[in-house]
Amino acid sequence: MNKEMPLTGAQSVAHAMRQINPDVVAAFPITPQTDIMMNFAKFHSDGKVDTELVRVESEHSAMSCCVGASAAGARAMTATASAGLALMWEILGVASGSRLPIAMAVVNRALSSPINIHCDHSDSMGCRDHGWIQIYNETNQEAYESVFLAVKLAEKVMLPCMICLDGFITSHGVQNVTLHDDKQMKGFVRDYEPKKWLLNTDDPHTVGPLELQDYYFETQKQRADAMIQAKEEYLKIGKELARITGNEYPLFEEYQMDDAEAVVIVMNSTAGNTKAVIDKMRKDGKKVGLLKPRLFRPFPYKEIAEALKHKKYTAVLDRSESYGANAPLYAEIKSALYEADSKPKLKSYIFGLGGRNILEPDIEKVYDELLSGKFDHLETGYIGLRGE
Amino acid sequence: MAELKPYREIPIGGRIEKAGNSEEFKTGDWKTFKPVWNSEKCTNCMVCPVLCPEDCIPVEKGEKPVRKETDLDYCKGCGICAQVCPVKCIEMKKGDADE
Repeated sequence: MNKEMPLTGAQSVAHAMRQINPDVVAAFPITPQTDIMMNFAKFHSDGKVDTELVRVESEHSAMSCCVGASAAGARAMTATASAGLALMWEILGVASGSRLPIAMAVVNRALSSPINIHCDHSDSMGCRDHGWIQIYNETNQEAYESVFLAVKLAEKVMLPCMICLDGFITSHGVQNVTLHDDKQMKGFVRDYEPKKWLLNTDDPHTVGPLELQDYYFETQKQRADAMIQAKEEYLKIGKELARITGNEYPLFEEYQMDDAEAVVIVMNSTAGNTKAVIDKMRKDGKKVGLLKPRLFRPFPYKEIAEALKHKKYTAVLDRSESYGANAPLYAEIKSALYEADSKPKLKSYIFGLGGRNILEPDIEKVYDELLSGKFDHLETGYIGLRGE
Repeated sequence: MAELKPYREIPIGGRIEKAGNSEEFKTGDWKTFKPVWNSEKCTNCMVCPVLCPEDCIPVEKGEKPVRKETDLDYCKGCGICAQVCPVKCIEMKKGDADE
């Protein structure tokens, strides 16, 4: 039976993990992820799951434990944030390079230094080239449902998958969430049936061996191909999930895009604020719209170029810096548009680093700037920065 | 070395799908000196097979064990066998296993 209840994003993810009942969960606390594991540990103590919950001594160990468990044939999950994700760095590559379908919630938080516990995307953006699928989520409901999609997608293409949600804003903010029926969700993910698993003594094999000049390159091409394949599979599995949830899982969400002249592109919770601004500005007859990427890895270049081709002005709002380079999302959008015959005037904005608020008037100002047509599209804008 | 396969034909993630294959990996091709053993001079004292760090001097078991020819596929040419031989029946000569 479906249940609608007020839940934080962290609780929503923990409920998804309860319904999935993974074989192994390895956990180490870090703000603002801790609430996911705290809630999941409660389910574990209450006997709601029969997961092997391993309390490891660091995130490096958490990911290592997941790698071992996944190679052994278990469905393995974990969650982390910020410095925790950074500490996993080495093993993130081992997970994707060994083609292990681990699912991990990443509660987006700024990376040190200076130390900061609040939201931005510098953690998950930092490992965007690490061979992990990345799904970004605006709401608690989206984050909850994406966990199921992530598990199934990972196991289909044999690549690990991150479910990203904004630290505190989403992880600790309460929204009404519809929890779908336990049995239905279990039926959706089914049991993990690996083709090869290390604990199968009838079929001994080696995972993670040495590969030098003779084979390493070929193995990387396979990983790149699997990532490309993940785009189609994401859509297919999303359609299957939609039959249960009634929600849609597009590569990116388009809000009021049909006749929009000015488009903001932004991911995660800020997309929600942007929708509120759009509703307000539309009442004044302003043609504004939103494109919210959900699948960031693999990145849907062609589809986004198609969605933007007749737009006049577009702003890309990044919640992370790429020091000395184009901001991550902006760089992808710009790259997507290079081959397009017609393209909008494109401007990059940085916002919300270290949890700096972005308010509705800030977003309205971006739209006004776009609609005026009078802006230097080559200069990076900074929203909410003093001195700007 | 076996023929190198294209990327579509290899197991994912660099997995090795056959157990016990490390024997196929010949590690003796980087030696500078190779041991040349004089079987007639050899007294089968069994010092060199014990001290060989690569365990590549085979011994035929029996009432009196017999030393066999060094397995040059795995010998690194360290020269320990020649050094420890009490009757000096092993000589280190320049050149690899193929010569």
